[in-house]
Amino acid sequence: MPLRNQPSQRDQNSETKGYYRSLTRNMVLTIILVSFIPYFIVTAILLQQFHASHREKVIAHLESLVKKHKQNIDAFLKEKLGNLSLLAKTYSYEELASDEFLRDRLEMLQQTYGPFFVDLGVINARGIQMGYAGPFQLVKASYGDAEWFRNAMSREYYISDVFSGLRGLPHFIIAVRDNWEGDPWILRGTIDFVAFNRLVENIRIGQTGFAFILNRKGELQTKPSYPVHPDHEPYAAILKEENVPEGLIRDFEWTDESGVKQIYVTAFLKGGDWLLVFQQKVSDAFSDFERALRVTMGVLALGLLVILTTAFLLSRRMVGRIARADREKHMMNEQVVETGKLASVGELAAGIAHEINNPVAIMVEEAGWIGDLLEEEDFKDGENLKEFRRALAQISTQGKRCKEITHKLLSFARRTDERVQELDIEEIIQDIVALSAQRAKYSNVTVNLNLAEDLPRVRLSQAELQQVLLNLINNALDAMEKEGGTLEVNSREEEGNLVIEIADNGPGIPAANLGRIFDPFFTTKPVGKGTGLGLSICYGIVKKLGGEIEVASTIGVGTTFRIKMPLEKIKAQGSANGKGE
Amino acid sequence: MAMAKVMLVDDEVPFVETMTKRLTKRDLEVTTAFSGKQALDALAKDQGVEVVILDVKMPGMDGIDVLREIKRLHPLIEVVMLTGHATVESAIEGMKLGAFDYLMKPCDVDVLLGKVQEAAGKKRQHENKIVEARLKEITTRRG
Repeated sequence: MPLRNQPSQRDQNSETKGYYRSLTRNMVLTIILVSFIPYFIVTAILLQQFHASHREKVIAHLESLVKKHKQNIDAFLKEKLGNLSLLAKTYSYEELASDEFLRDRLEMLQQTYGPFFVDLGVINARGIQMGYAGPFQLVKASYGDAEWFRNAMSREYYISDVFSGLRGLPHFIIAVRDNWEGDPWILRGTIDFVAFNRLVENIRIGQTGFAFILNRKGELQTKPSYPVHPDHEPYAAILKEENVPEGLIRDFEWTDESGVKQIYVTAFLKGGDWLLVFQQKVSDAFSDFERALRVTMGVLALGLLVILTTAFLLSRRMVGRIARADREKHMMNEQVVETGKLASVGELAAGIAHEINNPVAIMVEEAGWIGDLLEEEDFKDGENLKEFRRALAQISTQGKRCKEITHKLLSFARRTDERVQELDIEEIIQDIVALSAQRAKYSNVTVNLNLAEDLPRVRLSQAELQQVLLNLINNALDAMEKEGGTLEVNSREEEGNLVIEIADNGPGIPAANLGRIFDPFFTTKPVGKGTGLGLSICYGIVKKLGGEIEVASTIGVGTTFRIKMPLEKIKAQGSANGKGE
Repeated sequence: MAMAKVMLVDDEVPFVETMTKRLTKRDLEVTTAFSGKQALDALAKDQGVEVVILDVKMPGMDGIDVLREIKRLHPLIEVVMLTGHATVESAIEGMKLGAFDYLMKPCDVDVLLGKVQEAAGKKRQHENKIVEARLKEITTRRG
C-alpha cells in the first residue's frame, strides 16, 4: 500500500508545487503590472511635458540668436554701405579718382571700423576703374561686362554676392552710384571675406551648432564649419520661396542624408537676397533633455528593479505563507481522518471484545460447573482429582485474563470522540501505561510512573489525550525496542501548568531531525512502518487543547517529551470537591 | 425450601443452562427465559419469582426495556443486571430505573449468589412491610 501510494503522492506534490509556482507568477505579474503602469504613465507624461517645454525654450533661444545675428549682419552691411555713400557724397569724382586720396580714405575707414574694407575703387560709366586703392593691381581694370557692374549701374547702391572675380579670392562688393556732370560713376568697396565670415562663423552653439549664409542661387556666402549641400533639401525649398516678409524667423527639423536629425533656424537678410541658416543636431540641441532622459531611464530602471525584487520577494513570502496554511489545513484534515479511523477501529475493537466476552463467560461458567461437580461424592476418590482442579483453576485464571484484556480494550475504545469531559489525569496515564505494558515487557523496557496524586481533575477529551499519550509512549517504546531501557512517565503541577513528561533512555534524536519531528509525514521509520503523522497529530491536539509540547533529546542519553497545559484553562469546574459526577 | 426463587434471562442459551445448573446446585430455584418477551410472559404466569437476573444486551427487547416492564408490572421483584463492560452505562441507567445492582460478565458465581440473596432479602423485607402495613390497617380498623 505505501509503495503504491508513493508515486501518486509525488504527483500530488509536483502538482501543488506547480500550483504555488503559478500563484507566485500571477502575484508577481499583478504587482508588476499594477506598479509599472502608473509608473510608466507618470514618467512618460513628465518626460513629454519636459521635452515640450525644453524644446520650446531651446527653439526660442535659437530664434533670438538667429534674429540677433540677422540684425547684426544687416546692420553691418548697412554700415558699410553708409560708409561708402558718405564718401561718395562728401567727395567729388575727381578727388576720389585720385589713387592717393582714395588710399587715404581707405586707411581712414580701416582705422575707424576695422579691416573690413580690403580695397576701394572708382569706376566710370563705361566700367573702367579710374581710381583704386588696395593690395591688388587692379587700376584700369574693366568691369564693363561684370554682372555686379550692370546691377550697380541700374540702382542707387548694390551689394553683390560672394564671388572670386579678377583677383581669384572670394569676396563681395558694395557699390554706391553717384553722378558727376551728368555721367554716373560708382564707388566700390570690397569686403574682406575672412572678416565677414568671422561674423557668421562665430555663431557656434554646443558641439554641432553652426551658421552660414546662402544666396538665392544656393551658393554659400560664408564658409560653414561643417560641409553643407545647399542644392539639397531643405535649403532648396526655402530658397525657392518668394516675397518672404522681412524679419521672419522660422524653425523646423529635418533628417538629412546621413540620417541625422537636425534642427534648422533660418532668416532672410539683405532684403531677402541672402538666407542665414543656423543648423544643429537635434541630439546636441536637446542634450540637456537627453541627459535628463538618461537619468530618468536610470532611475526608472532602478525603480523597476526594486519593484521586481519586491514583487518577487513579497509574492514568494505570501505564497510561502499560503503554502504553510495549506499544509496546516492538510494536517488538520489528516487529523480528522485519523481521529475518524481511530473511532472506527475503536468501535470494531469494542464489537469484537464484546463478542468474545460472552463465549469467555460461558467457558468460565462451564469450568465453574465442572468444579461444582467435582465436589460431588462420586469424584472424591478420583485419581486425577488434583489435576482436574489445577486445570479448572487454570481455565478460570486464563478466563479472567481474557476478561481483563477485553475490558481494557473496551475501555480504551469506548469513547473515541472529542467530547470534553472531566478526567483524572492519573487514571488516564495509568490506563495507557497498562495498555502498553505488554509491549514494554517484550521490548525489555522498565516502566516507571511518577505521578502526582493531588492533581486537580481536568476537562479534556479523553480520546484525544489518550491518543497523545499513546503516541508518545509508543514512540518511546519504538526507540528502545532493540536494546531495552527505562520509560519514565511523570506528571506534576508546575507554575500553573499541568506537566506530563514521557522520557526514554533510548538512542535519542539527531539534532538535524529534532526541528522536523513535528512536521507531518516526517518519519525515520522504514517505508510502510510509520506514517510520520503521530507526532504532528499530538502536536495538533496539544495545541488545540491550548497547551505546548516540547522535546529535548541527547544522542545516546535519551529523549524527553514534555506536554504543558495551562491548568487555568483545563481545570474542571468544582474540582475542589473531588471526584464524582 | 429453596433459598430464593430466581429467573435467569439471557439470550446465550449455554450460559443460561450452565448458570442454572450451578445456581440450582447452590439451592436456588431457577427458571429461565431466553428473551425479554419470554421472561415477561413467564413472570405473568409464575408469581413466585423473587429475583430476576437480566442480561442487558439482548436481541429484540433489551434488558433496560424488560426491566422497565418488570418494574411496572411487578414492582416488588428485584432485578440484578448482568452486563458486558461496554454496557456499564446502561447497567447504571438500569439502576436508576430501580435495578438492585449490576454484575459484569463473566461473573463469579459466589458473588452472584451473594447479590441474589441480598436482593431476595430486600424483596422479602418489602413484602413483610406490606403485610405489616395491611395488618396494621386491619387492626386499626377494628380498634
